[in-house]
Amino acid sequence: MTIALPEQASTQPVQTALIDCDIHNSLPSEATLDKYLPERWRQHREAFASRAYHGLYYPLASQHAARTDAWPPSGMIPGSDLGFLREQLLDRWGMQYGVLLPLLSAGKQLNLEWGAAIARAVNEWQLAEWLEPEPRLRASIVVPYEAPDLAVAEIERVAKLPGFVQVELESRTHEPLGRRKYWPMYHAAAERGLPMAMHFGAQGGWPITGVGSPSFYVEYHAGQLTAFQDQVISLVTEGVFEQIPDLKFVLIEGGFGWLPPLMWRLDRAYAKLKAEVPHLRRLPSEYIREHMWFTTQPVEEPHEPRDFQVMLDDLAMDDRIMFSTDYPHWDFDAPDAAIPTSVAPELRRKIMAENARALYRL
Amino acid sequence: MIVDADVHAVIPSIETLFPYLTAPWIEYVEQSGFKGPVDTPYPKAPTSARPGSGTSLQHLREQALDPLKVDHAIVNCSYAVESIHNPDTDIALARAVNDWLVAEWLDKEPRLRASIIVPSKQPAAAAREIDRVAADRRFVQLYLPVRSYLPYGKRHFHPIFEAAVRHDLVVGLHFGGAPGNPPTSVGWPSYYLEEYAGMAQAFQSQLQSMVVEGLFDRFPALRVTCVEGGFAWLPPFLWRLDKEWKGLQREVPWTKRLPSEYVREHVRFTIQPADLPPDPARLGRLVEQVGGEEVLLFASDYPHVHDDPPVQLLTPKIMGSNAAAFYGRIG
Repeated sequence: MTIALPEQASTQPVQTALIDCDIHNSLPSEATLDKYLPERWRQHREAFASRAYHGLYYPLASQHAARTDAWPPSGMIPGSDLGFLREQLLDRWGMQYGVLLPLLSAGKQLNLEWGAAIARAVNEWQLAEWLEPEPRLRASIVVPYEAPDLAVAEIERVAKLPGFVQVELESRTHEPLGRRKYWPMYHAAAERGLPMAMHFGAQGGWPITGVGSPSFYVEYHAGQLTAFQDQVISLVTEGVFEQIPDLKFVLIEGGFGWLPPLMWRLDRAYAKLKAEVPHLRRLPSEYIREHMWFTTQPVEEPHEPRDFQVMLDDLAMDDRIMFSTDYPHWDFDAPDAAIPTSVAPELRRKIMAENARALYRL
Repeated sequence: MIVDADVHAVIPSIETLFPYLTAPWIEYVEQSGFKGPVDTPYPKAPTSARPGSGTSLQHLREQALDPLKVDHAIVNCSYAVESIHNPDTDIALARAVNDWLVAEWLDKEPRLRASIIVPSKQPAAAAREIDRVAADRRFVQLYLPVRSYLPYGKRHFHPIFEAAVRHDLVVGLHFGGAPGNPPTSVGWPSYYLEEYAGMAQAFQSQLQSMVVEGLFDRFPALRVTCVEGGFAWLPPFLWRLDKEWKGLQREVPWTKRLPSEYVREHVRFTIQPADLPPDPARLGRLVEQVGGEEVLLFASDYPHVHDDPPVQLLTPKIMGSNAAAFYGRIG
């Protein structure tokens, strides 16, 4: 599908297919899950609800971190009303496909079996209430990633269902994601041709920075990028991509401006310290460029516009950057403002749709 | 003028500090068998020391000060006193290190300047230690390990920065530290390589905290040097922080300017290790992106072994005049 964006919203005419790689669908309420939970877990939800790592609260910029205009007329919470999501996002922008990433707390549950029950219920809810009614949508498999054996079982179950294109993780885990505890989950995903998708967020039980808990939401929000860097370092250094050569990793809502300098320092550190990691056979940057994908929102904004191209040249990953909006959150990037107008048409086409089409086989 | 903004003095064993500890502390160490905070950030790895160096002033002279014709070199002693949770031991060892630095290094070599070691988890005690030794103007800087248990911008730490400003000391945020919490936001990594490459995130987290907490608004004279942390990560970090601030400034209304403006004005970076782009032609743009050569300070990081810095980074400003302008007690 090709669309022309409305004149008033655009600095230049945009004629390109759009695939949005980061849309958040929400439960209308916790009770929505009951329909998809067995009796044992319905009772558990009623009595104990969600129990995650606590004491790490940063009140959000807005309720549900949502755009103020994303509240549906139905009165439902942002991201929970498919009709309104179609109208405000898919139809409004002429999206060809959109990839759902529900942020619904399965991975951060302290009770791991309860986390697995949430994951199953959320995936069933996505299938019944999102994928079946709306053919433009694809979904991410929610898993209890801190219990990889349970996560593997859920991947095995859901990968057979239509419409699921990747396995979802959140960036703040209890251990760095390269550690071997998580490998069975990666094997299960790679064997089924599913990328792992790590999205901004969650809680892993540690302060939001490696130097302790900061004070403000702005630090929480910006500080997530340290988790992204930590996770990339771990995945590469542990040799995950040597172990599982088919594994693909998508990093969502973490940007990518930090990646070139990270590759420079990792390659240099590797040159000095390779004796510690003999399981690696190539430069860290080679694993990154071969195995990783990134989404655009919140787009990098260099102080000087020309540095956007400098950054892309440093990155040398033109086939790995994928457009995303983060709908319905406050820091939404609209399609006509998601990347600078200076990006060449061919690369724009790749970023706005073709890279995602190739990765997700859409 | 040539200023080496980072050379190291290594304490070979805790007995080295006995002449600077009182009798009860010597007894405490002997009875417990405590070997000192040996989990400093440098294992015996190729990034660490040249064999047999770091503990001797003679080596420092021969291998760093003389060959480079250094006018002043700032000695940093990475002794992770903050890793000791007994508050009195923390204080006693910091005092001993400072007295050792005076007696064994500053008094013996006029080219040397030094950083004050403080019990950084205890801001009031840290301020007292700064007040105790700062009359000696050869102490030009305060050493804060970049890894901490709370970000340094938090109000809890104000006494430390008040003392730094009171005595015209630069705050040196230095690679490493052993506060007890994991070095990443996602737990403990397996390999030293990860900790080493990941240290940049600790610098990012500290600068972010200092800026958004309004530390530079509260202490306009405060100056910070990021020591041994690289600088290539700075441009994208500031792009992001500026963007976040534009969206969320209402949460931190005491900040009046873009985060990048505070950093450009108040923060400098040593050039070893540099972690430069592989293409040498990219370096010029990188230096422009970080704010120009004015924000960079030459450092050898002796005795740690690094690649030689490219000649483009060996300008007169970077080699010395930037440091002379930035450090009130040098020049």
